[in-house]
Amino acid sequence: MSTLSPLHAVHEALGASFTDFAGWAMPLRYGSELAEHKAVRTAAGIFDLSHMGEIELTGPEAAQALDYALVGNLSAVKPGRARYTMICDEDGGVLDDLVVYRLADDRFMVVANASNAATVATALRERAAGFSVEVDDQSASVALIAVQGPASPAIVGPVTGADLVSLAYYAAVPARVAGHEVLLARTGYTGEDGFELYVEGANAAEVWQALADAGAEHGLVPAGLACRDTLRLEAGMPLYGNELGVELTPFDAGLGRVVKFDKPGDFVGRAALERRRDADVDSRVLVGLVGSGRRAPRHGYAVADSDGNRVGTVTSGALSPTLGHPIAMAYVPVSVSEPGTALTVDIRGTVAPVEVVKLPFYKRPA
Amino acid sequence: MSIPENLGYTEEHEWVDLADSGVATVGITEFAAKNLGDVVFVQLPEVGAKITRGEPCGEVESVKAVSELYSPVDGEVVEINEAVIDSPELVNTDPYGDGWMFRARVAEEPDLLDAAAYDALTKES
Repeated sequence: MSTLSPLHAVHEALGASFTDFAGWAMPLRYGSELAEHKAVRTAAGIFDLSHMGEIELTGPEAAQALDYALVGNLSAVKPGRARYTMICDEDGGVLDDLVVYRLADDRFMVVANASNAATVATALRERAAGFSVEVDDQSASVALIAVQGPASPAIVGPVTGADLVSLAYYAAVPARVAGHEVLLARTGYTGEDGFELYVEGANAAEVWQALADAGAEHGLVPAGLACRDTLRLEAGMPLYGNELGVELTPFDAGLGRVVKFDKPGDFVGRAALERRRDADVDSRVLVGLVGSGRRAPRHGYAVADSDGNRVGTVTSGALSPTLGHPIAMAYVPVSVSEPGTALTVDIRGTVAPVEVVKLPFYKRPA
Repeated sequence: MSIPENLGYTEEHEWVDLADSGVATVGITEFAAKNLGDVVFVQLPEVGAKITRGEPCGEVESVKAVSELYSPVDGEVVEINEAVIDSPELVNTDPYGDGWMFRARVAEEPDLLDAAAYDALTKES
């Protein structure tokens, strides 16, 4: 039995197709995922992300607890700001990638992927045990609505009455929508300007409706998880389970910068991550690949060098809706990771030429 | 979900039109197209190819998934829909019309599900 989002009835009324995502029945698409993708790139899309996990840490040592539990330097984050970070195990393997909001001096909200929410909540409870902090998993009661795309400020501004000019990327403020309290954050997973609104599940439908009504004249459309995946892929953003996993460290994913060795105190995974940072290994790195034609390299397909020797594996791939050609991410050895390197991908028995490129594939117009 | 009465169907979600005696027109159903999502690539057998019922003879690729196209008949391909190769979205916009895949000459009439049986099948899944 799937968990239903507090917005399930809204999606049914909109004719959504649903998919099971980590035990949640979530909208995959409402009509055409290509149209939804394009709307987010050119106007705006509204997403239900209520499957994400929200775990609050409150107490005088909340910051110290997170400094110990996560690889980031959370005590350095100012109230009202957010940080992209990771939680690793003792071996440096990534348990999840996270966005952490500092709501007040003594209060943080950790946002985890749906598939890892329970793991993260458990790990945070264990790691916070020695600190003066309460860990409260609110995943079941908190809904998350995202409005993403170039038109999103014109939609979200009037509905919330918030001063968006002073709301920077990775900042968050309390706001009100349709009379309900929300946490309004300028964050997202699409490569566009956009907002994420955290709201009590019981109020989610009214908040969604207010945003949808305000967005109608701006071309806002409901958008499902299918286009969310192609949007984040074009933007070169990792997806846990594809580009990230417990068998990889942040360094393997090219995200070693999230590990803050110079923060005060010890943290879980420090020793292993220091070894990994200092190791002189021909390690794998995450690269972008572009192809031609219409057939896309997909998750799990083999990557080979120009002599046909297997060098890696595709982690995510699709025919890019925005660019019109196949794009993929893959782990390959450093020796074949330079942009311009010619590689091939085995697309179900056909050897397709691809070229290594710098990520991201798509950057929004400045 | 549209399931035209005049067509035959397979468990692999192909439809077959046998209105022309001895020639079967083949496509995928609206149910299949909807489940795949936006189709972005279609690979079809070549004209002249011998195809075997239940065997893969092509590929339908959407943004999210790749699906084999199974031949619903034994026969020989006599025509393919070039338009659907150039514009794969026809599979979504008009699965029983402009989104047809290929025509094949068939020696004997294949055993197919009727619309009611196919409708029942889609409701099981």
